[in-house]
Amino acid sequence: MIKNPVKKEQLVKWVLVTFALSSLLFLFLIFIFILFEGLPLFHKIGLKNIILGFKWAPTKGSFGIFPMIVSSFLVTFGALIIGAPMGLSCAIYLAEYSGKRLKMFLKPALELLAGIPSVVYGFLGVVYIVPIIRDYIGGSGFSLLATSIILGIMILPTVISISFDALMSVPKTYREGSFAMGATKWQTIHKVVIPAAKSGILASFILGMGRAIGETMAVIMIAGNALRIPSSILDPLRTLTGNIALELAYATGDHRLGLFSTGIVLLVIIMILNYIANFGIKRKM
Amino acid sequence: MRINPRFTNKFVQIGLNLQAFFTVGILVIIVAIICFKGLPYVNFEFIFSYPEDMGRLGGIFPSIVGTILLALLSILFATPLGVGTAIFLTEYTKESKFTKIIRFGVESLAGIPSILYGLFGFIFFVIKLRMGWSLLAGVLTITIMILPTIIRTSEEAIKAVPRNLRIVSYSLSATKWETVTKVVLPSAIPGILTGIMLSVGRAVGETAAVIFTMGSSLRLPTSLFDSGRTMAVHFYILAREGISMEKAYGTALVLVVSILLINVVAYYLMNKAISKYS
Repeated sequence: MIKNPVKKEQLVKWVLVTFALSSLLFLFLIFIFILFEGLPLFHKIGLKNIILGFKWAPTKGSFGIFPMIVSSFLVTFGALIIGAPMGLSCAIYLAEYSGKRLKMFLKPALELLAGIPSVVYGFLGVVYIVPIIRDYIGGSGFSLLATSIILGIMILPTVISISFDALMSVPKTYREGSFAMGATKWQTIHKVVIPAAKSGILASFILGMGRAIGETMAVIMIAGNALRIPSSILDPLRTLTGNIALELAYATGDHRLGLFSTGIVLLVIIMILNYIANFGIKRKM
Repeated sequence: MRINPRFTNKFVQIGLNLQAFFTVGILVIIVAIICFKGLPYVNFEFIFSYPEDMGRLGGIFPSIVGTILLALLSILFATPLGVGTAIFLTEYTKESKFTKIIRFGVESLAGIPSILYGLFGFIFFVIKLRMGWSLLAGVLTITIMILPTIIRTSEEAIKAVPRNLRIVSYSLSATKWETVTKVVLPSAIPGILTGIMLSVGRAVGETAAVIFTMGSSLRLPTSLFDSGRTMAVHFYILAREGISMEKAYGTALVLVVSILLINVVAYYLMNKAISKYS
């Protein structure tokens, strides 16, 4: 045990710096090891043949992931079409309309949605949503539509809590000014409050997109995992995340490298989305 | 045509009301389905007996133990690292380039999807460090994954402790570390615990990062180097391979109820932390 308090302070500080640096170290390791495994294949097969290639047959030397990139974006936009309006209107309701007591109950209840594991969403999708689509709309049910619905629900907590915070951070005086000019509540919300909270709301959509594009287990259970670009919302598809999760357990050699290349593409997309979202939030604050 | 703004106002208000309750309705329906379908299969024996025939028969005891081990060991590693980082960021340094870089690292870790943690854990811990599919590889992967949550919530909690407390402590000639450990941290505990509970919830519900690092052995893990399965992984395999719908619903019930309970405790602690200083 160190007795000298000054020395002890020094030691504590260095230990804490090391702890703080550990996050950076982990991030670095994640990047290095995913890049290290995936990049050689880009070199060998060619960036263009991987990113713009249509054929994924890793045991036969084809590593095209273009359909998966397209599919990942399709399910993400699908999720946004369903989740963004629902989430935003919930956030508006919570921030502007609900009483204090109701807010105390509703907000945690909605955030609990975030705690439900993605496998459970996937399972409920398989058991309820897929058969409904198969019986009433058509196709096999394992489809872009089913995946978008489930992902749309899964991004709700993200969209709600971040747009709620954005709406709450609009100063009260803005609203009072608008009311004083005789505007109704809705006129105030959609002409004053929403424009003022715009960047935070957009950030919530982008973070929701990040969540949707990175989602894996729910997606592989309901997307059908077909290796082509879907031509309708009832077609099955395979996302980048799904590709990794479906094949990682048994892939060897170049096949495994191909999955790491898929991971690199996913990592790049996620980093770009996060950067845009953070930029949006910071400009606001 | 011009619609009366008062009519639009009323219309929107009703619409938003319905929308909010529809969304809460989804949550209620999800929990209700899991409860009603799962309840008939969950009993003492289901929880405390071993699975037989790939999980077609018997219970889920090993996966419950696997889940608890994974979650507890992960927070055991992540808590000192995370709280330490938060203390450093709030008490030991001013805002600078250096803290900005660290915050960037934490934000980036928080944004990485779990499948990429799985991919990283698989290549780094399982293959390069030769841990194989093991509890240890799972624990280390999840530790990194939950670290950002613990850092963020601890930072918020420490920041919320009033300045006066620190000033009084310094005026009594306490050192910085004494002030942190004896004054700041005790006041920040509810907030820090919120982060820990949310992280436990995340570890319990995680599948993609766990299945490729901890593996999916059905046996009870007895050492750090044993493979094992968590409830979430067990549920995924039961459901996806169509092994047994009954057992899948039963496992889902135990899984969802434990996560909801963990999160409710987290919110309770959060409210306690908020009401303490406001």
